[in-house]
Amino acid sequence: MSGAEVIIVGGGVTGLSAGWWLARSGVKVTVLDKYIVGWEASGRNGGGASHYASPLFDEEQRMWPQMDELLGYPTEHQKERIIVAMTERQWEQYRFVAERHTRLNHPVALLDTKQVLDMVPLASEKAYGGVHYKFGGHANPHRTVQAYAWALQDLGGTIIQHSPVTGFETAGGKATAVKTATATYGCDAVVVAAGPQIPQLMAHLGVDIPLAAARAEMIITEPAPMMPLTGVDGHKLYGRQTMRGNLAYGGGPHEWLDTEGDGPAARPSTPLARNLAKRLAELFPKAAHLNVIRSWAGVIENSPDGRPIIDRLTSPDNVVVASMSSVGFGLSPASGHAIRDLVIEGKCSFADIDILKLARFDGLEADWREKRGWMPLS
Amino acid sequence: MELNYTGTDLCAVNGTRSAPEMRYDVIVVGAGPSGIEAAIDAVKAGSSVLLVDENPVSGGLMGNDVPLYFGGRMTAATQQSERMLEAVFMSMPALESAMDAGVELQLGTTAWGVYRNGPGVASLPEQVVGLADSERSWLVGFERIVLATGARDLAIAFPGWNQPGVMGAAALQMLLTRYDAFSGRRMLVLGSHDLALETALLAHERGVEVAGLVEVRAAPQGAAELVAKVVAAGIAIHCGHVIASAKGGIDGVESATLATGETITCDTICVAIGLIPSIELVDAMHGPRALEPMRGGYVPAGEANVSAVGDCAGLADTGFDHIAYRMEWMQALSNVSADDTIICQCEEVTRADLIGVQPPHYLPRPPAMCARSLETLRQDGPANPDQIKRLTRAGMGVCQGRRCRDQVAMLLALESGVPFGTIPLATHRAPVRPLPLKILAEWDEPAAMDAAWDVWFGMPPAWVPHEDIGTRHEDAHRQMLYTGMYE
Ligand SMILES: Cc1cc2nc3c(=O)[nH]c(=O)nc-3n(C[C@H](O)[C@H](O)[C@H](O)COP(=O)(O)OP(=O)(O)OC[C@H]3O[C@@H](n4cnc5c(N)ncnc54)[C@H](O)[C@@H]3O)c2cc1C
Repeated sequence: MSGAEVIIVGGGVTGLSAGWWLARSGVKVTVLDKYIVGWEASGRNGGGASHYASPLFDEEQRMWPQMDELLGYPTEHQKERIIVAMTERQWEQYRFVAERHTRLNHPVALLDTKQVLDMVPLASEKAYGGVHYKFGGHANPHRTVQAYAWALQDLGGTIIQHSPVTGFETAGGKATAVKTATATYGCDAVVVAAGPQIPQLMAHLGVDIPLAAARAEMIITEPAPMMPLTGVDGHKLYGRQTMRGNLAYGGGPHEWLDTEGDGPAARPSTPLARNLAKRLAELFPKAAHLNVIRSWAGVIENSPDGRPIIDRLTSPDNVVVASMSSVGFGLSPASGHAIRDLVIEGKCSFADIDILKLARFDGLEADWREKRGWMPLS
Repeated sequence: MELNYTGTDLCAVNGTRSAPEMRYDVIVVGAGPSGIEAAIDAVKAGSSVLLVDENPVSGGLMGNDVPLYFGGRMTAATQQSERMLEAVFMSMPALESAMDAGVELQLGTTAWGVYRNGPGVASLPEQVVGLADSERSWLVGFERIVLATGARDLAIAFPGWNQPGVMGAAALQMLLTRYDAFSGRRMLVLGSHDLALETALLAHERGVEVAGLVEVRAAPQGAAELVAKVVAAGIAIHCGHVIASAKGGIDGVESATLATGETITCDTICVAIGLIPSIELVDAMHGPRALEPMRGGYVPAGEANVSAVGDCAGLADTGFDHIAYRMEWMQALSNVSADDTIICQCEEVTRADLIGVQPPHYLPRPPAMCARSLETLRQDGPANPDQIKRLTRAGMGVCQGRRCRDQVAMLLALESGVPFGTIPLATHRAPVRPLPLKILAEWDEPAAMDAAWDVWFGMPPAWVPHEDIGTRHEDAHRQMLYTGMYE
């Protein structure tokens, strides 16, 4: 479909990666975002890229080491990850996951305390041990978002910011145009990758997408001495040491929210920063004196089973919807590829992603949010 | 695996948060004259009142130019916390009256965040302010909060400003009047509006030699009587001039060179171009604020339970447009300084890197990257300081952007050719002061918090490897990772 026009709604990592992949195939893409690219979850996350539970995992792992080169801009991608156990219970759980990796031939090694300290000098001497994933890793979300956007432009694609999409035009079972308050963009295909706003947008097309939005928080410290391995999770925290040295960490309870059609009015962080600080000081006691210099929050959507929805609709049949269900940063090089395939070929070429189809929620009970306790507080 | 959902998400934040340790009707942040007055008024009106002030801050924080731009010109006396505490008391006799009136006073106590329910958050049991001293942090509930946080120094870059000896007027005044702990001997002052004139006179009075004032505009800017006093003291005002660079050695500044080539010997260069109302807390709590050029910058717009007094509410309006004045300085200093002048000291971001939206030097700059700039970014939309911060790291350092955030906004306005007021205010975030992990940590958190703690959402199906879905491994996975959470 070279020369065709694809409109992408949402300039987060998912929409931008899809746009980049499509542009690489010679498709003319336009990305519309309500504000600035990466302003929502895509610029507020932990940067982790080790999603072994996903059918997109192999592609995620194949792509990341090449991304800087392919995009032409630095993403700060760093390889590998260590998960540090601070309690016996965590050690049991992390080992269990490691065993499962071994079973699936993902390279992992169990580490004793000394080995953990060699690779993660800031870690606690009281650590029970760790698991070294010789795969996965992390990147800088801010740089990655902008790298996709710039790379897409370098291939002739267009980014239009400050333009919330308000609806669609359809004809003959197809979406023919995407509308904003000030313009109508004709198209041959549409990708809806608008994060928590997907349900509202898809409602305009008469399609029900079950998603619930939630807020999650992170904190960051001033720079610490660089550790030999910077992708360090554990003690029920996720995060990374940035290439500058800062420790950026999240985890812990989330808050379910109403989704506002025009996006979150605010993304407040809360005193949860104190609970994050406690765990981070326990994980890295040698960094406990370091100053926390910011905290922030981001809003992400989850599907009823917590797995992404990546699907091409049957009607209108030129619309692909992509919600990454709160694990979309790391998977973005792969989700973009899958979306490109769905748009151009109608099928993912490199993995079986049927478990990500929307149809799995056919017959979902109307009160699925209540049943799960995913209702916003009021 | 069929999960039997119970209607409760055990990993949601609901009900996990601790209650505040204490509650007061009114909390006043900042024990300057207006904060003390507000506290006494509130107590007289029958309220329970807590008055907190971060001063004296630790020597370490002062070294990071928090909360004011101390520029490394404090004496060793600032390391003695007892002496510093005493100095705060001695310099503020009204504190005694406030305590006599029944105000509860906590010095050396920072208010680092204000939290309340609103858009995007409904899980807070009540509105609280986060406090911290040198030992720990805690939360305090309130009905009404009064922000009397004062104003902070505006810094503007010139070659050599990133060394000890370049400092702000508010910091200098505090070192001189409150702590008697200023280590400089001979000082050049930038600016000639009231702030600069008052600072020069104060320094002169306290035995600091004032080598002169430098004023970008053609004539002195401040009140005529202050100008007269400065002139009478024999202090030169170099009008129509800017500083071109500062040279120095191991102890920092040794001389300043004006754009005319004239060199002035001094160990301190006091940037007295402007003060900025300290609205970090208001902004971090998503409170409304408005730009008031005659009052020094953004000021709180006011709400029923949140009020601002003193300089935090805006500098006294004397009809002087502080923004226009600063912009003139920024433009003039940019004109005479090289592109490699550092703008963000913490992250060592130069003006060229800022305007080029280039990443830090530890990252590669391939050809595509080098071809990008503010100009190409602006084709996608107006310049936003938070986006520039993400890309260049300007403002991401341990001083929390105190030294560069205002300059970055001014440069973006100048480079974009748009009014300063169209550049969004870069976001302030809690903790609004750097706080060590071990201090910020809630060490005695409620058991409910730990019980709800999962690394990410605690949704069993989300983390079952896709190959295991529908196999016996799926159940083992849930049992191992989520025992007790789901039946
Ligand atoms: C604190 C936190 C930590 C996280 N950690 C990780 C991690 O370590 N690893 C990981 O892989 N994932 C992580 N995530 C999840 C990850 O950030 C998201 O899954 C991912 O960014 C989703 O990207 P997206 O492009 O699908 O959606 P978004 O980033 O939400 O982007 C959607 C875009 O659509 C735009 N939009 C919405 N409505 C409209 C409209 N009507 N018109 C036009 N545009 C619109 C928005 O402005 C936005 O830019 C984390 C998330 C958070 C909040």
